[in-house]
Amino acid sequence: MKKIELAHGSGGVLMREFIEKEIKERFKNKELEKLLDSAILKTKNKKIAFTTDSYVVSPIFFPGGNIGELAVNGTVNDLVAVGAFPKFISLSLIIEEGFLLEDLRKILDSIKKAAQKAGVKIVTGDTKVVDKGKGDGIFINTSGIGFIPEEIDLGYHKIEEGDYVLINGPIGLHGFSILVSRENIEIEGDLKSDTAPLNELWEKLYENKIEVHFMRDPTRGGVQGVLNEIAKESGFDIILYEEKLPLTDEVRGLSEILGIDPLLMANEGKMIFFVKRKQAEKAISILREYEFGKNSEIIGEVKEKGEGVLKLKTKLGVTRILDMPYADPLPRIC
Amino acid sequence: MKYLSEFREKAAVERVIRKIKDISKKEYIIMEICGSQTHSILSSGIDTLLPENVVLVHGPGCPVCVTPKEMIDTAIELAKMKGNVLFTYGDMLRVPGSKESLFQAKGEGANIKMIYSPFDILDFAKNNPYKNVIFFGIGFETTTPANAMTILKAREMNLNNFYVLIAQFRVPPAISAILNDPFNKVQGFLAPGHVCTVMGIEEYIPIAEKYKVPIVVTGFEPLDLAEGIYMVIESLSKGESGVKIQYKRSVRPEGNPKAKEIIRRVFKIGNQKWRGIGEIPESGWILREEFEDMDARKLLNKKIEEVEETKEGCIAALILQGKKTPNECELFKKLCTPLNPLGAPMVSSEGACAAYYKYKNE
Repeated sequence: MKKIELAHGSGGVLMREFIEKEIKERFKNKELEKLLDSAILKTKNKKIAFTTDSYVVSPIFFPGGNIGELAVNGTVNDLVAVGAFPKFISLSLIIEEGFLLEDLRKILDSIKKAAQKAGVKIVTGDTKVVDKGKGDGIFINTSGIGFIPEEIDLGYHKIEEGDYVLINGPIGLHGFSILVSRENIEIEGDLKSDTAPLNELWEKLYENKIEVHFMRDPTRGGVQGVLNEIAKESGFDIILYEEKLPLTDEVRGLSEILGIDPLLMANEGKMIFFVKRKQAEKAISILREYEFGKNSEIIGEVKEKGEGVLKLKTKLGVTRILDMPYADPLPRIC
Repeated sequence: MKYLSEFREKAAVERVIRKIKDISKKEYIIMEICGSQTHSILSSGIDTLLPENVVLVHGPGCPVCVTPKEMIDTAIELAKMKGNVLFTYGDMLRVPGSKESLFQAKGEGANIKMIYSPFDILDFAKNNPYKNVIFFGIGFETTTPANAMTILKAREMNLNNFYVLIAQFRVPPAISAILNDPFNKVQGFLAPGHVCTVMGIEEYIPIAEKYKVPIVVTGFEPLDLAEGIYMVIESLSKGESGVKIQYKRSVRPEGNPKAKEIIRRVFKIGNQKWRGIGEIPESGWILREEFEDMDARKLLNKKIEEVEETKEGCIAALILQGKKTPNECELFKKLCTPLNPLGAPMVSSEGACAAYYKYKNE
């Protein structure tokens, strides 16, 4: 490899290799080591979660949202994934010369709304304008800080054989809605990005003392990419049940037509929870009480410690491997 | 989606599998031609439900896999030339040519765009009259009508900046080539349902007669595939040959006359090279004289060399002809992976080696 390809940013094998070799090796330190969604910083009396993420989505406005709320929700969810309650967010805008002020206002308004909804404050920021042609309308970077309750210690080391794998609703919505609006594919039905803040769901599980062992938001690489990484890092085999995967009719139809597996598509309002087996049913009933958890399901379970592979039990009852995707899925021609 | 879920029902599939077990008295080697069928068989796990004496081998029906390397090299060369824009289907982008893939070339500045429908290219060509707009159109008879229609529309719109680079494959000559081989072991075929939706079964009848084999035109869902396999074995056990249709909800014996007519207006039958196999006589569609002015290759200012296909140890040709399965290859999963494919069936997710890698990686 001499040059960076798009696949180096798409959440698959290539990106993983890139991060291991070029980032982790170079900046080696114990906070970075685990490559979690947020770094966990320990001070004398607090556990702080710290994260950053850049948003370059195209189109900027898509069904179900825009780049602004995505930038808030994405960072909120990265904090939640390590068990934190998000508090503060920074906002950096990189705007291309000529960008419509009206569009910028729409984006800023939705940032405000999203921050209010998630209960986070925008406390610092930066604005840069680049020459026309040097940016794609607008890019946004947000960093976030949240606090992790003292007794909470989520991580690969907490995953146990028998844990159930939960998700808070149908998969693939964000990935497919971006694809559809980018390619002007006309479909019937109501397909929208699922962008949403998930701190409320975590709060409720925490308040109800549900024993959550691990969380991860399945963004790039989709459920399949993220669960592969968890299997590999934890050393446990994980099995998913095809018939339990929540899918909307629109996603089902598009995945048939385009030959793209929803398991590989990005989500922006989903969290995968690893929950102690005997509490999973209770966790599901709690999650289902809230707007962003209505369609929560148990989709799989942790099997014995082994090679750390992800498997799928198909509807025919056959078990097969689900491997790490190597880059974004591409539509098949036939 | 109700219409599809019926063909994925566990109980229904199990019923047919039981019927297969009941009638399979000896060893049967059956080939599914189409890459989508290979994909569906392995992803649903049908192959693992079959009795041991029913062996599925996988055919050459992945157009992305069998597109010759030098076609990809040509596409890259064209896309790198100033003023040119090349459009192609998504799964073509990652396939390596002799040096790099279209994706890598894109990273180096080649002007390459992915399409979902070839008709989208026409508007782009109309709105960008000073650019040479090139459509890299590949496929079996399923995509041929849409590709032909795009060419006809371009002519209708008088677009003189629209060019095509074509690799269109025909299934029947490939089946004949497999059966002609003195070492062939395949006893019956699942013919591709969507190819036959377009072309009908006419071309398959003389093949079944000449080689005395059953050919069953089959769909793509687990139940379709199980039924197709059952129908082949039923014919074999009775010593019958001939063409039958399992995929009746889509295929009519005569095919789609309108689509066939569109194909023939633009293309004529010609020889075609297949990656991993070599040239098969009359196995392609090439542009008719009146459309030759759209051939993108004339924009090239250098000659693209033909490339030797097989790497040492790679058994792609044997796999594409159903003589071996991917797990019998020594390079499989070791030196040859989807990220570093050495042979044609590993280059696209529809290829047999890539499907084995993806679904049987245990």
